[in-house]
Amino acid sequence: MPIIEIKNLNKTFVKGTDSFVALDNIDLSIKRGEIFGIIGLSGAGKSTLVRCMNLLEKPTTGKVIVDGLDITTLSERELRIARQSIGMIFQEFNLLMQRTALENICFPLELAGISRREAKIRARELLDIVGIPEKENSYPSQLSGGQKQRVAIARALANNPKVLLCDEATSALDPTTTQSILDLIKKLNRELDVTVVIITHEMKVVEQICNRVAIIADSNIVEVGAVDDVFLHPKTSAAKKLIFSNSDATEKFTGNGKYLRLVFDGDSTNRAIVAEMILKGGSPVNIVFADTKTIDGKVYGHLLLQLPDDPNAVGKMLDFLDAENITYSEEEYDV
Amino acid sequence: MFSTEMVNLMLQGLVETLYMTIFSTVAAYILGMPVGILLVLTDSDGIKPNAVINRGVGGVVNVLRSVPFIILLVAVMPLTRAIVGTSIGSTATIVPLVIASAPFVARMVESSIKEVDRGVIEASLSMGASTFNVVWKVLIPEAKPSLITGAAIATTTILGYSAMSGFVGGGGLGTIAINYGYYRSRTDIMLVMVVILVLIVQVFQEIGTWISTKCDKRIR
Repeated sequence: MPIIEIKNLNKTFVKGTDSFVALDNIDLSIKRGEIFGIIGLSGAGKSTLVRCMNLLEKPTTGKVIVDGLDITTLSERELRIARQSIGMIFQEFNLLMQRTALENICFPLELAGISRREAKIRARELLDIVGIPEKENSYPSQLSGGQKQRVAIARALANNPKVLLCDEATSALDPTTTQSILDLIKKLNRELDVTVVIITHEMKVVEQICNRVAIIADSNIVEVGAVDDVFLHPKTSAAKKLIFSNSDATEKFTGNGKYLRLVFDGDSTNRAIVAEMILKGGSPVNIVFADTKTIDGKVYGHLLLQLPDDPNAVGKMLDFLDAENITYSEEEYDV
Repeated sequence: MFSTEMVNLMLQGLVETLYMTIFSTVAAYILGMPVGILLVLTDSDGIKPNAVINRGVGGVVNVLRSVPFIILLVAVMPLTRAIVGTSIGSTATIVPLVIASAPFVARMVESSIKEVDRGVIEASLSMGASTFNVVWKVLIPEAKPSLITGAAIATTTILGYSAMSGFVGGGGLGTIAINYGYYRSRTDIMLVMVVILVLIVQVFQEIGTWISTKCDKRIR
């Protein structure tokens, strides 16, 4: 049974006579124990989607089933209890500024009716887990961004939630700090068995820690799958636009014509694929773009080549790639 | 410079003024603070949006705030008599003082509470906080420094109102200033009253600012 299941979810914002469809008939299933990424450009609806998972945003129609319970049918009181098992962290940390780190972590425990003394013991444990036990008496204003997010993570985990929702949790952090927070989230996912849902606009975040990813564009989920599948072989144009847009300067091309996008997996990156291909075709190609990606520890190569005009040479090159089992896609650009 | 009698009168005036001011401020907060919180909660971007309550309560607050204090003072005399039994003296003055300042306090509280970051409220809701939890554990504690600064401003405003009530026999330093300083043209007494009022305002304001800064954990 999936930990989160979203069925026919629609969210329309109405302001006066204007209405805006933020989520259009979303179906999504998140497996227990995985780190699931939801990536999209700003305005695509990803923040609204994650807010529907704990009903901070009430869906217009549709079901949100968390751990077997359709939370859209709950009373306010039941919903508050359900929310205690869904932790959430935010881009801006959202700590209580007038409380110390320890008191911030005690907050959800107080809400759950746990005694002050027990709450403090639990909060100290959590500060240890997130690696800043020495900061217990510091106020948020005395902490760095990374430390604040650690406190926020500890706070979100205080009531042993089954799910941790991360809304752009690393977007306000520098690259080094982002890395350390992602490592922490990965560790918590493994050790505490908490399912993690990550909302982000950064490809790197998904590449580094997610098992599966959904791409959201214009209020729809356009593609879902394992990160390497989706990121290396996007099928829809919306997904391609998102995944390849920041890595290529396709818009800056001057020539029209045929292009070939090659994606190497970890095994073939050691071979001189392009050189062999050119030799087979007997005609030079123009390398427009080249990149390597690391997805979940595996290295992938990614090349965009401008093909020669001679169809005969192109045919030989493609035959070679087919024979070598290399994934490619032919693309045309009219600039 | 002044007769013992006069000094005693002034001391009594000071005590009356402090009594009116502090009592009225406390009462105005008891009435105004829940109204201010209600205005924030029922606002269109609050956690319990309710346009009817928000506009209704907001409207009453606005109407009361737009009546000049000196007019209100006279207008509520029948009510004052019904509650206190008399319409003169410092205890009687507390009635119009509270009526005039509670809506002001409501707006002060509203603006302080609105300073609390929307994200922090959202985070507490995500942890399962009820509206009551949000008010007691988030809004009031997070807005505390601003609420205290507001309370200092409210107190000094109420002090000013209480002095104004001297015109209709409200008691306190204002009455002495009117009766001696104005009607009997004793400029020296008028001056002393003004100086004392200025000093009280200074003291309240300083204390307010000091406590507010002291308890604000955002400044380090």
